[in-house]
Amino acid sequence: MTKLDTQLKETLQSKAREIRVDIVKMLTKAQSGHPGGSLGMTDVFVSLYFGGLVKHDAKRPDWAERDRVVLSNGHICPVLYACLGHAGYFPKEWFDGLRMVNSHLQGHPAMHKTPGVEACTGSLGHGFAMAVGMALAMRADKRDSHVFALLGDGECQEGLIWEAAMSAAHYKLDNLTAIVDRNDAQIDGRTSDVMSLEPFADKWKGFGWHVIEIDGHDYDAIFAAVNEAKVTRGKPGVIIARTVMGKGVSYMEAEGYKWHGKAPSAEQGEKALKELLAST
Amino acid sequence: MAVSAEKRATREGYGAALKELATKNPNVVALSADLAESTGVLKLAAVAPERFFQMGIAEANMVDVAAGMATCGKIPFASTFAIFGTGRAWESFRNSVCYPALNVKLACTHSGLSVGEDGASHQALEDIAVMRAIPNVTVVVPADYAAAHAATIAVAEQRGPVYLRLGRPKIPAVYEDGKAPMTLGKGNVLREGNDVAILACGPLVSMAVDAAKLLEKDGRQATVIDMHTIKPLDEKLLLDVARRCRCVVTAEEHNIVGGLGGAVSEALSQHLPTPLERVGTRDTFGESGTHADLWKKYGLTPDAIAAAARKAMERK
Repeated sequence: MTKLDTQLKETLQSKAREIRVDIVKMLTKAQSGHPGGSLGMTDVFVSLYFGGLVKHDAKRPDWAERDRVVLSNGHICPVLYACLGHAGYFPKEWFDGLRMVNSHLQGHPAMHKTPGVEACTGSLGHGFAMAVGMALAMRADKRDSHVFALLGDGECQEGLIWEAAMSAAHYKLDNLTAIVDRNDAQIDGRTSDVMSLEPFADKWKGFGWHVIEIDGHDYDAIFAAVNEAKVTRGKPGVIIARTVMGKGVSYMEAEGYKWHGKAPSAEQGEKALKELLAST
Repeated sequence: MAVSAEKRATREGYGAALKELATKNPNVVALSADLAESTGVLKLAAVAPERFFQMGIAEANMVDVAAGMATCGKIPFASTFAIFGTGRAWESFRNSVCYPALNVKLACTHSGLSVGEDGASHQALEDIAVMRAIPNVTVVVPADYAAAHAATIAVAEQRGPVYLRLGRPKIPAVYEDGKAPMTLGKGNVLREGNDVAILACGPLVSMAVDAAKLLEKDGRQATVIDMHTIKPLDEKLLLDVARRCRCVVTAEEHNIVGGLGGAVSEALSQHLPTPLERVGTRDTFGESGTHADLWKKYGLTPDAIAAAARKAMERK
């Protein structure tokens, strides 16, 4: 595996810390939302938006040639909003309004309310299927745009995920890459206890996808996987990214799924920020 | 040219119009969930195969895929039977299409009892109700082949989500080919009278015209309106005729709960309480049978509409 340039990696790590800080701040302010998955997927999102893996331009959110990022497990939108804000799609002041009335930042992503958001997602399964539609349309128009669909592992219990997976493989959509947040956690418990998904990689292989399994906090692995998925011809690619729920905040990492959908209290928020700011 | 004596299905008008759109509008694409021939979208596939997307038996996915395509500038027409398109894929349509007001046309055929022999599991009688309750949507129920053709062209030109409700059986023509007025949101007055106003949609429109002829034999003059757009409802026209006739009948191939009858009840009770009789299935499931036998058994006939009109007139 090719190693990333040290300077780029340091830049990404630094950006990831800023994103995690803003996630904790906005959720603590909102006193509602989903910190666990947002923090867990931060390294993947930072790689996409700030590592050059996604072709985008914050000044032109409707640029026809852009790549599409569809957050199918929309509940982890704080990480998406933080990245979009840092990328310049909208002022960071918007973070303060997360989940509040009259806000641009809804509890789940809404394309007509937030620049840079590509679809209305959050009801699980639908975003992935919409990403399939986008990839079909891109190919029909012969556009050199790639579609990234971000999924949760719990979300893969939805039948719609497999309808969409089947159709993407049928149409050989090699301009589509799914990235699954494999944190083995969902609201009611560990995914393996609630409704087991294993053999997970084999399921995707059986559905005709090119499967890559990585540590979702390893930047070298994230870049290598995305690049491999993008150059794989004739079939869509899925990156199963093993992540730690609440990554970067010790008490969240320790309690796992309990931090799926619970905002930190003011005190917990302070503790989390201290830890994040002290980290390198 | 007179109104054609040939009976044709609304789904045939849809297929013919889709074929025309394929050559006129490069953004129009069609999707089907294993029912390309039955729904008529195969007509588009014949002339523009690259713009037809077979999605297999997966309706929720089909509607979401259509939503994704619409975000990229396509005008997708997604077709299946009404029971699946508005039942199984309801949430895809609600959240993915209507919430951001995407330009997706959900064109469902085989609505109502007239699916016929397949029976109750396949007879959508609640679809107008569940679709019109969604914000941002336009709900259109064409009366015949020509109206279905015109409606297909009209909804392609209007940006935003549409539910187009079509039928399986061949039914009598109401309009001359190419001459069905189809301004979305504006009902068509087919006949004027001051004794009762009959508002119908779909295959009940030609029956309403026949019912008016029956009432004429009693010396009663009915206004007959093709209320092809259920949402947005033409409230101005409704209130005008309700004021003039002082009693109203609705007629539809749908449950009397929540459909055209429901929409008219809501508008009248708020703005102009008026005696109303609703013709439709009476909160019951259907069963197998020919469409003609089912319409007769469940009270969807010119006689039944005329009877409802007489009852409404007595209540003035």
